[in-house]
Amino acid sequence: MPAPDTARPEGSSGFAPAAPLELQRVTKRYPGQAAPAISELSLEVPAGEVCVLVGPSGSGKTTAMRLINRMIEPTSGDILLGGRSVLERRPDELRREIGYVIQQIGLFPHQTIGENIATVPHLLGWDKARIAHRRDELLELVGLDPEEMRDRYPAQLSGGQRQRVGVARALAADPPLMLMDEPFGAIDPINRERLQDEFLRLQATVRKTVVFVTHDIDEAIKMGDRIAILREGGVLAQYAPPAELLSRPADDFVAQFVGADRGLKRLALTTLADVELIQPNGLAPSGRRVPLRSTVRDALSMILTAGGKPLTVVDDEDRVAGLVTLELVGGLLGTEADRGSDGAGGSDGGPA
Amino acid sequence: MHTLLDALRFIGHNGALPSDPAAPTLLHLTLQMLWISGVGIAISLAVGLPIGAWLGHLRRFSFVAINTSNIGRALPSLAVLAIGDAILGLGLTVTEVALVILAAPIVLTNAYVGIADVDPEIVDAARGMGMSGWRILWRVEVPLALPLLFAGIRTAAVYVVATATIASLAGYNGGLGYIISDEQSYHLSGVLGAAICVAALALVVDGALALVQRALTPRGLRLERDLRGEDVDALVPVTAISPS
Amino acid sequence: MSVLAPAGVVIPTFGGAPSSYACERANRLFCPDWVSKNWSSVLWPALRQHVLLCVVAVAIGFVISFALALLAYRRRAVERPVILISGILYTIPSLALFEILVPFKPLGLSDRTAEVALVSYTLLILFRNIVTGLREVPDEVREAARGMGMTDRQCLWRVELPLALPSIIAGVRIATVTVVALATVASYICDQGLGVPILAAIQDGVFKTELIAAGGLAVALALCADGLLVLLQRALTPWARAR
Repeated sequence: MPAPDTARPEGSSGFAPAAPLELQRVTKRYPGQAAPAISELSLEVPAGEVCVLVGPSGSGKTTAMRLINRMIEPTSGDILLGGRSVLERRPDELRREIGYVIQQIGLFPHQTIGENIATVPHLLGWDKARIAHRRDELLELVGLDPEEMRDRYPAQLSGGQRQRVGVARALAADPPLMLMDEPFGAIDPINRERLQDEFLRLQATVRKTVVFVTHDIDEAIKMGDRIAILREGGVLAQYAPPAELLSRPADDFVAQFVGADRGLKRLALTTLADVELIQPNGLAPSGRRVPLRSTVRDALSMILTAGGKPLTVVDDEDRVAGLVTLELVGGLLGTEADRGSDGAGGSDGGPA
Repeated sequence: MHTLLDALRFIGHNGALPSDPAAPTLLHLTLQMLWISGVGIAISLAVGLPIGAWLGHLRRFSFVAINTSNIGRALPSLAVLAIGDAILGLGLTVTEVALVILAAPIVLTNAYVGIADVDPEIVDAARGMGMSGWRILWRVEVPLALPLLFAGIRTAAVYVVATATIASLAGYNGGLGYIISDEQSYHLSGVLGAAICVAALALVVDGALALVQRALTPRGLRLERDLRGEDVDALVPVTAISPS
Repeated sequence: MSVLAPAGVVIPTFGGAPSSYACERANRLFCPDWVSKNWSSVLWPALRQHVLLCVVAVAIGFVISFALALLAYRRRAVERPVILISGILYTIPSLALFEILVPFKPLGLSDRTAEVALVSYTLLILFRNIVTGLREVPDEVREAARGMGMTDRQCLWRVELPLALPSIIAGVRIATVTVVALATVASYICDQGLGVPILAAIQDGVFKTELIAAGGLAVALALCADGLLVLLQRALTPWARAR
């Protein structure tokens, strides 16, 4: 399933597979409006990482994303892709190097799926054989059958299928940067989770630099290597990996946005495999069984369902790895909370 | 240019014909045109609007509703009038019948498309609130469909004026076509003068209907269309875009 | 050209010896013999001329409307005046417009005058439909096209115009059918088209067969053209039927 091409150091298009992105004090001010939409936003995304822009509506996260590929022009500040300023390039040439996925997808209704995917390679002047090969490769990569799909029209596909095609289309020319604006927002929750998982699998293979916009903090925590929380007016509230965000929110706003259940959210980041389990020490294993690869959060949920009794943790071959108890889980959270110095919310969960 | 001045002079003299003092005046013929057209428009509306609107509300028989106007548009008015003359002799009644045959389909189709195209979600909401079919039509669909309804009405009205002019070519003895078809007596200046009057008449009829449209369009819709940059009250007729 | 309804029945003479066919003499509604006898001398030339008049009118009208529509699509300010002028032209009854154009020197009583008037009738419909078709392209499709790096021109020709095709062709259909019908009146000022036999049939006393034959041909022509354009649209928009 993983495509050999994209793992090459220079990518199949001649672009580097991933480039670092840097925003330097970017500001966007609309004429006639008192407050700027984006205010002195600075952040750095290392190559190959997923940076999630998240915030309430009005926080300018989509605006910030669209500044990167110059769908909106910044009022001041600079944006560097792979060290080169995007402002020096011709916009349409720049955009051919950036994968762009939007919420409503925007597949061309009058073209087949194959033709849709081939759009940017076509614009770049690739030859037919190369385009055809890449198209089929990408369809397989996003989990669609090339034989069946390449000649269909968008109207014949389901929403989930269309979204996959949208991602494939964005990846077609193997761009060093991907911009994704609430790409799974219009999909039902079950398929959304599936698409998120598949995208993470894909990213593990292709390792693009991705800027991902969402309003859903849970999606942000799941998808992001780093999360940038924006407040109203495009002001950066905190920029940190998920674990840090959850254990050390920078201020009340972030704490509230992350949610009162951030303790639980943190537990979802760790699996039982990473935790030091209680050893049964010769006692017969008792209680329900839980797989080693479950998250601590799921384990906690099962403990509570079992009335607080301990669970036996087993690996894939059903061998006992240890026990997990309520105290053990509580200890995990407590450890981290002690390390943090803030009082915002604290571990009893009251919002500020 | 010279002819144009003569034409204007002709109009100024109320269409007096030196060779025939008993000839009807320009004013008389114009009023006659107005009368013929008015009756024709009124009957076309009386026939086309209710049928088109009701079919549109039911969203049925779309093939018939949309294609009648295609046929109506394809019929050369001259031929229809002449056939009427051939079969029944061209009097006022037959002329009016021909006018209605040609103009009513336009009204019908536009009414159908206008009403049927109203956002089904809005209609659904109205139904959910307990509105009866008749009330939905009257209070929801018609106001929302006004632009297309009036597009049909105005196009049909102008078409009736045009066809009434042609009626004299087919043998009917009245209206401004009386002058236009008689170049021997009236010469080019007279014909041109009458043609200018016909053009003016058509523009006045359309303008009057545009004012009616503006008066009837609810304020909220005018505001919405204005904000979207649409032509709020189109100064000139628009034709229904016939779907495939 | 004074045309007044004659009193009483007149046996049509049509510029030849009194007819030997009983059908014609009785002026019944439709005589197939007359049609076959006069096809190549009267009806076929008229049909040919009519087709030519209409094709030229729609073609020129399309070129002008297309250019104006592209302009109006980029610059909204252009739209209002174009609609105003073409609308006024459209409102003026055909006979009146033909007559008004006659005095202008280069035109006079010729097919050029007819063409100018017919072209002006197509402008409003074609212009509106092309502009509306372009505007109806979903915003997200345009956003995706620009976001992927298409220039404005590439977006127009590869995405927006193909998606506007149904509306454009609908406009061409309406314009064509309208022009075919209007061109019958054009023979009043120029000696071409199916209006010639129609007016001739009315002239000395209505000759029903000629009238129905010529009128019927005009209707058939319009419907055929419409049907052909529908086929053209189906051929050009394969995605519209894929479900």
